[in-house]
Amino acid sequence: MYKIVAKKTLAPAIHEFDILAPKVAKKAKAGQFIIVRVDENGERIPLTIADYDREAGTITIVFAEAGYSTKKLALLNAGDAVQDFVGPLGVPSHIEKFGNVVMVAGGVGVAPVFPIAREMKAAGNHVVGIMGARNQELIFWEEKMKEACSELLVTTDDGSYVRKGFVTDVLREYVEKEGKPDLVMAIGPLPMMRAVANLTKEFEIKTMVSLNSIMVDGTGMCGACRVTVGGETRFVCVDGPEFDGHLVDFEEQLTRSRQYKTEEQHALNRGGCGCGGGGKCHG
Amino acid sequence: MAKQIIPKKYAMPHQDPQVRAKNFDEVALGYTEELAVAEAERCLNCKKPFCKEGCPVSVDIPEFIALVKERKFEEAAKVIKRTNALPAVCGRVCPQENQCEKFCVVGKKNEPVGIGRLERFVGDYIVQKDERIEKAEPTGYKVAIVGSGPAGLACAADLARLGHSVTMYEALHTPGGVLMYGIPEFRLPKAIVQKEIENLKKMGVEIETNAIIGQIASLDELFKEEGFDAAFLGTGAGTPYFMNLPGENYNGVYSANEFLTRSNLMKAYCFPECDTPVKVGKKVAVLGGGNVAMDAARTALRLGAEEVYIVYRRSRAELPARLEEVEHAEEEGVQFLFLTNPTRYVGSEDGWLTGLECIKMELGEPDASGRRKPVPIPGSEYVLPVDVAIVAIGQGPNPLLTNTTPDLETNKRGNIVADESTGKTSKEGVYAGGDVVTGAATVIKAMGAGRTAAKSIHEYLLSKS
Ligand SMILES: Cc1cc2nc3c(=O)[nH]c(=O)nc-3n(C[C@H](O)[C@H](O)[C@H](O)COP(=O)(O)OP(=O)(O)OC[C@H]3O[C@@H](n4cnc5c(N)ncnc54)[C@H](O)[C@@H]3O)c2cc1C
Ligand SMILES: Cc1cc2nc3c(=O)[nH]c(=O)nc-3n(C[C@H](O)[C@H](O)[C@H](O)COP(=O)(O)OP(=O)(O)OC[C@H]3O[C@@H](n4cnc5c(N)ncnc54)[C@H](O)[C@@H]3O)c2cc1C
Ligand code: SF4
Ligand code: SF4
Ligand code: FES
Repeated sequence: MYKIVAKKTLAPAIHEFDILAPKVAKKAKAGQFIIVRVDENGERIPLTIADYDREAGTITIVFAEAGYSTKKLALLNAGDAVQDFVGPLGVPSHIEKFGNVVMVAGGVGVAPVFPIAREMKAAGNHVVGIMGARNQELIFWEEKMKEACSELLVTTDDGSYVRKGFVTDVLREYVEKEGKPDLVMAIGPLPMMRAVANLTKEFEIKTMVSLNSIMVDGTGMCGACRVTVGGETRFVCVDGPEFDGHLVDFEEQLTRSRQYKTEEQHALNRGGCGCGGGGKCHG
Repeated sequence: MAKQIIPKKYAMPHQDPQVRAKNFDEVALGYTEELAVAEAERCLNCKKPFCKEGCPVSVDIPEFIALVKERKFEEAAKVIKRTNALPAVCGRVCPQENQCEKFCVVGKKNEPVGIGRLERFVGDYIVQKDERIEKAEPTGYKVAIVGSGPAGLACAADLARLGHSVTMYEALHTPGGVLMYGIPEFRLPKAIVQKEIENLKKMGVEIETNAIIGQIASLDELFKEEGFDAAFLGTGAGTPYFMNLPGENYNGVYSANEFLTRSNLMKAYCFPECDTPVKVGKKVAVLGGGNVAMDAARTALRLGAEEVYIVYRRSRAELPARLEEVEHAEEEGVQFLFLTNPTRYVGSEDGWLTGLECIKMELGEPDASGRRKPVPIPGSEYVLPVDVAIVAIGQGPNPLLTNTTPDLETNKRGNIVADESTGKTSKEGVYAGGDVVTGAATVIKAMGAGRTAAKSIHEYLLSKS
């Protein structure tokens, strides 16, 4: 069991947990993720490492209540524990001195962007953060991002905070005004990453995206997470999660992310199969 | 007067195919004591037992069967356990028809002695008894076992018995390897595997789940920072191969590993009470003809699929699966499409699988393996309407550990190179065995390799002092 040592609710239905997992914390690097399983009957859910504290032995995760499993996770409080917590998974972000780096974060994507931005800045890059949310209520970690980046641009879809516009609007304005950065990195919902990649393709700026495909094991054993990159099938959990945004087949990823739509609804409604939750139902 | 031989094996009671095709309970119910003793009577107790030569770990077959005849089941178990740590598992999953039973002299004119069934009976008998676990004098040496499949389990058991301190690292949340995530409940009840793992723990073996070596710590770090003196790598062959056909990423196309893991390890069969879903489909095509394919097909039936097809490019005689599994699959209603090769997946506008295009094959000239090679019949393509396809064409080794251990020699397929008779790898103090060395093989071979390595590790540790 892995103890939740702190819990914060950052915005409606968005939570931050610090989880005690010293061995994972010792190894965690920006860009990697973990898989958590709430209880004996739980699903394995992948979440990005939003921060780590090697001394305290904790990993910070930030998640949105997307469906049944994340809602179940959100019910836990500081002092509770999760059944399983495995990581660090995936290949860490490639950090080096590129020059000018723009880090684009959409929605909950702010959390995974944060440690990468921090490392990019520490490596001597000029880091421009662009973070966007649907509205003011959903903005979180603005202060942390300010520290992690050299400059930070904030936007909301509805204009309720700072300005109105999508992160792609801000990115376009930035590039038109300041010129092409050396690298763009985008993390957030798939449609947002696709929009960023389409924009940067136009300007021919190298762009990395961090994919959040459906996963089971996270160790390269099942192939649930497969994605087509540059015409080849890759496994997000072991080959990624970061890939060249200009080579990713986003249409396919969007389709694959909808694979369990019906079942997810079913789980939320909880028809119940009558096995009593012992996992032994043979019906 | 020569003993009268009963020509056929005593039948093992089975669940009725109509009933079992809809549940996950075990199919074969095992011998009763009476049946076991009667079957044991069929053994001639050969002076030169050919059966034993057919067994990859040389179980003392006549000796244990003689004890079964005398109803000394606990002693029979001891005899088996001298060479095979998991009789309840092997009695169920060994391909006996190609191993021990293939060489049984009774089998020359009649059906061979049911060695596997007897082994299973003895194994189950002992699993139910609480075995007394002897703890050995500690040697002070620490050994790391990476992977908790049959290879790792067997190696850990032997090393613990010799008094070494053993820590086993497993990537998944439950130990057991393929025995837990791959082979379904109806063929190998998970309680049996967990019981064996409990016994290991009682012997003092530490098991760390959720620990991927190569990610949480490298092999070198285990030696340098955790102070291990030797390591055994039994990481298996877990990475699924795909056929690289057009449309393979449509929704509804699974690897057998994913389909079986969702169902077995994540218990999707009791969704939504358990949280992990699986798409079942009305019509399911399984690509391949091995044990994995049979398991996937029979699981799909049990999850509620209406029609399940095995699509196999050769003919029935070449099916690599165990005969018993093929028969069970047929009895349960799985349909076999032989001499049929998939050519591409057909999907809908919105990305869902709707069919599998196949081409008919005919047998041509014998190939290098001596089998007649299937060749496509031009123009015979047709589309098999299916909404789920499960690819079961094989698995390769997982690179997470080898990628982070540069001085560990691997071959071009990514398998770890290890000496067959010792398990020794190119790296000092590091031994390997099981599927990660041989490629996908069998439970008993993996266990045998684990035991061989345990012996060498023991010698290596003693030579160090
Ligand atoms: C490498 C990786 C890192 C991730 N990091 C984070 C993170 O830091 N914070 C966070 O909030 N989420 C993250 N996700 C997404 C997170 O795993 C999913 O939101 C979660 O699994 C949904 O589970 P659920 O049962 O609550 O919802 P479900 O009922 O399974 O799904 C609810 C909705 O979310 C969609 N969905 C399901 N799975 C995913 C997925 N993997 N990615 C995107 N949408 C999905 C479904 O299509 C559905 O519309 C990450 C995913 C991956 C693969
Ligand atoms: C569906 C299916 C049905 C089968 N049916 C039969 C049958 O009927 N009879 C038979 O004899 N054989 C059968 N086999 C084959 C048999 O199961 C394998 O040959 C055997 O399990 C191999 O054992 P192993 O110990 O080498 O590896 P595995 O059982 O594969 O175990 C390896 C373990 O190592 C873990 N691991 C991998 N990498 C790491 C890492 N870096 N760090 C930590 N842990 C790691 C994995 O998670 C896994 O648990 C079947 C296989 C499958 C998939
Ligand atoms: S271990 Fe397998 S091959 Fe050996 S005797 Fe037992 S059933 Fe036969
Ligand atoms: S070969 Fe057959 S009859 Fe002879 S000892 Fe072995 S099992 Fe018995
Ligand atoms: S999640 Fe199973 S292979 Fe990536």
